[in-house]
Order: sequence, then structure tokens, then C-alpha cells
Amino acid sequence: MTARAETTAPDLLRLDGVTVRFGSADRPALDSVDLDVAAHEIVCVLGPSGSGKSTLLRVVAGLQQADAGRVLLEGRDQTGVPTHRRGVGLMFQDHQLFPQRDVAGNVAFGLRIRRTARTDRDRTVAELLDLVGLPGAQRRAVASLSGGEQQRVALARALAPRPRLLMLDEPLGQLDRGLRERLVVELRRLFQELGTTVLAVTHDQGEAFALADRVVVMQEGRIAQTGTPLEVWQRPASEFVARFLGFDNVVEATVQGEAAVTPWGKVPIPNGTPDGPCRLLVRPAGVRLMPAPEGLPCRVAARTFRGTHVALLLQPSGGPQLEAACALREAPAVGERVGIAFTAQDVVVLDATEQDASNPAE
Amino acid sequence: MAVPLAFFALFFAYPVAAIVGRGLKDGGQWQLGRLGTVLTDPDIVHVLWFTVWQAAASTGLTLLIALPGAYVFARFDFPGKQLLRAVVAVPFVLPTVVVGSAFLALVGRGGLLDELWGLRLDTSVWAILLAHVFFNYAVVVRTVGGLWGQLDPRQEEAARVLGAGRFAAWRRVTLPALGPAVAAAALMVFLFTFTSFGVVQILGGPTFSTLEVEIYRQTADFLDLPTAAVLTMIQFAAVLGVLALHAWTVRRRESALRLVDASQVARRPRGRGQWALLWGNLLIITVLLVVPLVVLVERSFAGPDGYGTIFYDSLRSAASANSTFVVAPLDALWNSLAYGAAATLIALVIGGLAAAALTLPRLRRSPSGRTPTVNRFVRGFDALLMLPLGVSAVTVGFGFLITLDKPPLDLRASWWLVPLAQALVGVPFVVRTMLPVLRAVDGRLREAAAVLGASPWRVWREVDLPMVRRAMLIAAGFAFAVSLGEFGATVFIARPDHPTLPVAVARLLGRAGELNYGQAMALSTILMVVCAGALLVLERIRINHPGEF
Repeated sequence: MTARAETTAPDLLRLDGVTVRFGSADRPALDSVDLDVAAHEIVCVLGPSGSGKSTLLRVVAGLQQADAGRVLLEGRDQTGVPTHRRGVGLMFQDHQLFPQRDVAGNVAFGLRIRRTARTDRDRTVAELLDLVGLPGAQRRAVASLSGGEQQRVALARALAPRPRLLMLDEPLGQLDRGLRERLVVELRRLFQELGTTVLAVTHDQGEAFALADRVVVMQEGRIAQTGTPLEVWQRPASEFVARFLGFDNVVEATVQGEAAVTPWGKVPIPNGTPDGPCRLLVRPAGVRLMPAPEGLPCRVAARTFRGTHVALLLQPSGGPQLEAACALREAPAVGERVGIAFTAQDVVVLDATEQDASNPAE
Repeated sequence: MAVPLAFFALFFAYPVAAIVGRGLKDGGQWQLGRLGTVLTDPDIVHVLWFTVWQAAASTGLTLLIALPGAYVFARFDFPGKQLLRAVVAVPFVLPTVVVGSAFLALVGRGGLLDELWGLRLDTSVWAILLAHVFFNYAVVVRTVGGLWGQLDPRQEEAARVLGAGRFAAWRRVTLPALGPAVAAAALMVFLFTFTSFGVVQILGGPTFSTLEVEIYRQTADFLDLPTAAVLTMIQFAAVLGVLALHAWTVRRRESALRLVDASQVARRPRGRGQWALLWGNLLIITVLLVVPLVVLVERSFAGPDGYGTIFYDSLRSAASANSTFVVAPLDALWNSLAYGAAATLIALVIGGLAAAALTLPRLRRSPSGRTPTVNRFVRGFDALLMLPLGVSAVTVGFGFLITLDKPPLDLRASWWLVPLAQALVGVPFVVRTMLPVLRAVDGRLREAAAVLGASPWRVWREVDLPMVRRAMLIAAGFAFAVSLGEFGATVFIARPDHPTLPVAVARLLGRAGELNYGQAMALSTILMVVCAGALLVLERIRINHPGEF
């Protein structure tokens, strides 16, 4: 992924072949994972539940021992360093605020452990509560906070000791959608302001794309793809990544020159694709509708209103169903017959070797 | 873990081993043949059988009667609840000898029931069983009720919504959550009744005898140390067996529980059924727990010339007690309080360390279970802590006397000898009370603290301690109460000029004469009042900090 020893400044965090096995399970929870996080970078690990992303955070925090591999923080091997000496922050999925302390007591916890003077402590707590949008909440009881407020307090608590690396486990998982969308923007602005290095995990792609400089997609304990949100979105590296991102128009194909032969007929492909069998993804935006006699004839099987557009589920005369997107005004009714054509820039050739065996195509 | 281990090795294993060695060794040779001789003695077999079945019956009966009580205390709010909670705990801290006497006065010849209806139970096993229930009611109510009050009732409500009936919801949700606490309570009751001494000796007469009574008889009456040593070993083995069984049943039952503030859960009973349940339990408490105590108090005031404080007055001087004492009997009160406080402190420190040691390895254990040996060791340690409850107190006291009397450890003259012996019995209480709550603390809270920079010790202080403060106060109350009431070991090691209350009571009871009997009753009443007072103070402390959970 990166050239190892040549980098001048060591990455803030480096995982070197980290493997974790639970019990006698044949599949490791983490399977020789390599990952680098540079200082001030916001990296988001994205994956379905059970893909090992929480375990990844626990290994970095020292809450879970790696069976193999090393964790390096600022170039130093952390093997044998107990959790409380690693100087990392971790915000738990369900916050884990201390129920017997009030808001200030929770936020000041890490500072108290570090013997910060009381006046400094009080000032930091007030600043952080301002920052997370809960000014003056110091004396409130934890039990009286709403989910969103608890999340903010948990964030303030994790930030208070100024950890060199802040880790977030499903930071917005339990919040309702509106709050989530607002907070994700706030968080990104906050982290950029503070220059915090962040490693977050989530199963929500929207959250990951909005928050991260770089996205790491995990699949069954391995890293399936790394890249900027745009790269991952535009060029999913495998069928697994494509389907995880919500793209279901994936078919068997054979590339022949400038087109691929698929059950949907010939599909134009980007230039320079080598000939041979592969899996092919057509993004819904790449499915163009036209009046019935033209193109591949399809019947509209379902129609879902998505706010900005309408998602159509089409049943072609041959091959699997496919998804298309179109504007509300032009959307055909269920049962109507339409024709479709494909546009090359929304067609992605997936690496045939990285097929996901557990998630076979329909 | 090292400190509690050393404590137990020095003050428990060493004295007991010394006693056993002295009994079974003859001129440097082990005489294991004595084992067989004793074990085939039909009298001993009879004692063994009786010990086991009366303990089982007592435990069953106690659970049957006390579990509804635990529910009432956990879930209902009613006037006088705090007072009643303390009243319920009083029997537990009374010296066994006094409990025996109180029941004798109630159901024995010339007792209250005999006078009223001509009913006598002292020749039947029922007197023993009822006295055991009287004694152990508080164990179940406190251990089970303490946790029950903090269980989130919404869990049960969730089950109800999912279609479970009231009873089914209780059986499938609450009962499994209470499992470890019920098991712990049942285990304690079984061990107490298995090693029951004073109660059986007084109420059992010549027909009924437990192992502990037999050990005492062999040691004190017949000076037959070898037989006593064999019996001690049998009791030891039986206790080990029970503890192993306990470890096996609880091992898989512990789970993280949702704990809530007990005061938010308790509410006034609603509907006829709940009121009936409350009154039914109040009736049971009155008949079973209060009446014997009232009879006790009544006797302490029933002087030769009608009711009066003559027995109390005579406690103030040593002279009037016809030379039973070299000091005024009332001094025993101050001795008891000082010993009790010291013993509580020791038990809290040792028990707290042990409970922490038992919880912490779970934190570090990887889910892959790569440390099975460590876990087995921890479980063994857990069981080891319970042993003092099951080993004959008589043996421990006698063992103290013969082992801690020479350099390098000459404690015979030390004031600390008595608190040390009493703390030995208090530690298991502290551990048993604190462990279920400690284990129910969500492990991720500890992780959150560790990530914020807290060392393992700091995590314990910052996360566990505030959560278990309530359990710790309960534990302290128990340890203090047990110290005040401890008799079997103290009777051997308390110096004649420093008797404790139970020792003083026993001395008075052992002598003929109405004055001695009345003084014994008066001292018992004082002991009862002191214990009730101490427990009430503990309840107060708890109320004054409502925001703990």
C-alpha cells in the first residue's frame, strides 16, 4: 500500500500485519491488516457488522491483544504498552458515560487522571462544552441527557486530554437521521479546526464519505479497498465494495474490444479495458431510459421515491433485474414498458479475482 | 491478590493445618487409620446424615420464606421500611447461643407456646429448622433483595410486551438475572446451617447433633483431638464439595446486568394482591423474627420481683456477678464494639482487594480464552475465600491458640488477635456481597476509563468503587454484625479480662441461677440494640447519598 521505510516522518499510526483470532473460529476477526494514518488525517473504516472494524479500534487502544503483527504510534511499537499509557482517545459506540458523575465530571475525567490543575480543568471543560454545543451543561446529570447530548459529552470527554489519535466507534450510530447529518458536518469542521487525527469506524457509507479524508472498506477482517471517498465511490475495487455501497447492477460479462457482452446485451465500457471475462457494475445513473421500441426492452417492476430522484427497478427481457435513476417528472409508472441504454462513464469493470464468495450474484 | 492470599495462609490455613496435624500425627507418624475408624462409627454416620439433611431442609425453607420477603423489600415502598430492614437483620447478628435460648423460651418446655396452647417443638427438628430460618432470613433478603432492587424493571416489561405472562416474565427474565445472587445466598445459608453450632447444641438436645457440635464435644468435653481432627477434615471436605458445586452452577450465569437506582424502582403496593403479599410478609416477619426477640427482651426485664431493670443494673459491676467476671459485664460491650470496628476494617480491606482481584482478570482476558489456567486459579481463589465460613470456627479458634503463640508471630497477647479471627469470617461476606455487583459493572465503562488514561488501580477507584459503594456498605454492615456475634472462635482466644458480648452471654448462661440467666438476657438485649443501631446508621448513610447510582 505504501512504501515502508522510505517515508521521512513516521505515520502517526501504523498497523503492521495485525491479526486477531477469537476462540477457535477458522476466520480471524482481523487478518494481517496493514494500515497507516498520517497526522491530522481523518480516516474512516467502513464495513458491515462483523467485518472486524471495532476490533481494529480495540487493538489500537490496547483493549484487545493482537495475535500477530504490531501497532506503532508515532513510530513506536505499542506491544506491551497498557491502554492507559497509549495516549489515544476512544469514543465508544454507546458512549459509556460514567453514570455516577455529572457532565463536567465526565469531561474532566481524563484531565483529573493527568493531574491537571483545577482551574485549567474547569476552563478546558467549559471550552469543550462550548465547542460541542452544550455550553453551561457542567452540572447536568448524565441520565438527563438525550442521545445526541450524550454523544456530544462523550466526544468532549474523549477530546479533553488532547489524545494524539482520536478513535470513534460508530460515532453517530444511535442518533436519528437529521441530527446525524448535522453532526457529521460539525464533527468534520471541528476536527479540521483542532487538527485532530481521527480513526473512525462506521457501517454507514454516508457518514464515512462526509467525514473522512480517506475511506478504508473492510470485508471479513481484511481491507478490501482504500481511497478517498470519491475514488471509492467512483471505482469500487470489488463486487463486495460495490454491493456494500448499495450498487446492485452487477453482472457476469466478457470484454471484447470496446464493449462487454452481458445478459443485458452489449454494454459500452471505458477505454483501455483488457479483453476477457469479468464482473461489471453499471451505476444506476448510467442506465438511460428511452421510449419503448428503442434499446433493451424492460418492464418497470417497482418505483421508489428518493426525494431528489426516483429509483426504478427494471425487469429486462433477459438477465437479472437492474436499478435505474430518473427525474420525478419523467418517471414511468409500474408495469409500463421502457427501453434502456448504458453510458460508458458509469460502467465500472470490477476485479474478477476479488469476487465475494459469500455474496454471490443473483 | 497477594495480600488476601497471605492473610488467609497465615491466619487460616496455618492454624487449621496445625490442628489437623496435631490430631492425626502421633510421634511424627501420620495415623491415617483413624480416618477409617471414625468414619465407620455408626454414631458419626448418623451425625453426618443429620448435618446434611437439616442443612438442606433449612436452606430450602429459608429460601421459600425469604424470597417473597426479598421481593417485598426490593420493589415495594412502605412506611417504616428502613426500620424493618434493620429489624430483619438483627437475628443474624445475634449470638447463636442467644437464638437458641430465645427459641427455647418460645417453643420449649414452659415456653410461650407451651403456656398458651401446650405446644412444644423443642424435641422435634422443627425448632432447629425454624431457628435456622430466623437466623438466615436476612442473608437472603439482603443478598437477593439488594440486587433485585437495582434490576431494571423495564427488562421484565419488555418480556411482558413480547407476550410473557407475569410469572413467565419473572421466571425467564428476573430469575436468571437473580440466579447468581440466589445461589450465593443459598450457599451461605447452607454453609451456616451445615456448620450450625449454638442453635443445635441448645435445641437439639442429645438426639440431634451436627458435625460442628460433635467437634466441639470431642475437643472441649472429651479432649479427643484425633477424632475432632478427623471430623474437621470431613467437614472441610464437605464444604469443599459444596463450594465446587456452587462454582459449577454459577460459572455460566453471570452476565452484565442493567442496574438502576433502587429508590426509583420501589413503589407503593397497588391492588389487593400486592397488599396481601406485603401484609403476608409482614406477618411472617412478625411471627418468625420479632416474637422471639420480644420474648428475649421480656425475659431480660422479668426479674424475681416482677418487671424491672435489676439485671441491667447488676451488669455495671464485676462484684455482683458472683465472680463469673473479673471486670464488669458491661465492659464487654466496649470490647465488642472496638473488636468489631477493627475486624470490619480488616475484612473490608482484605475482602475488597480479593473482590477486585477476582474481577480484574476478566478485564484483561481476551475473548479467545487464551488464559484458562489463570481462570481456574481465579476460581480456586474465589472458593478459597469461602472456606472460613465452612470450617469449624471452633477449630480456627483453637488453632489460633496453638499456632500464633510463639515467635516469630506471637499474637497471643496482642489485642489484634480477636479482630483477626473475626475478620476471617467477615471477609467471605464482603467478597460475596461485592462480587455480584462488581461483575455486573459494564466492562466497557472500565475500558472507557483506561482509554482516558486511568491505570488499572485508578479504574477500580474511579469506576468500580462508586458503583459498589452501596454493596460495600452492606458488606461492612454484615462484617461488623458477624464480628459482634462471632462466638466459636472468639470463645477460645478472647482474654478473660476482655470478653466480648457473646462470650459474656455464654459464660452467664453456663452458670445456674436466675440472676445469671437474667443478666444473659439483658446482655443479649443490649447486643441486639447495638446491632440494630449499627445497621440503622448504615441505612442512614445510604439514604443521605441518593445520587450514587
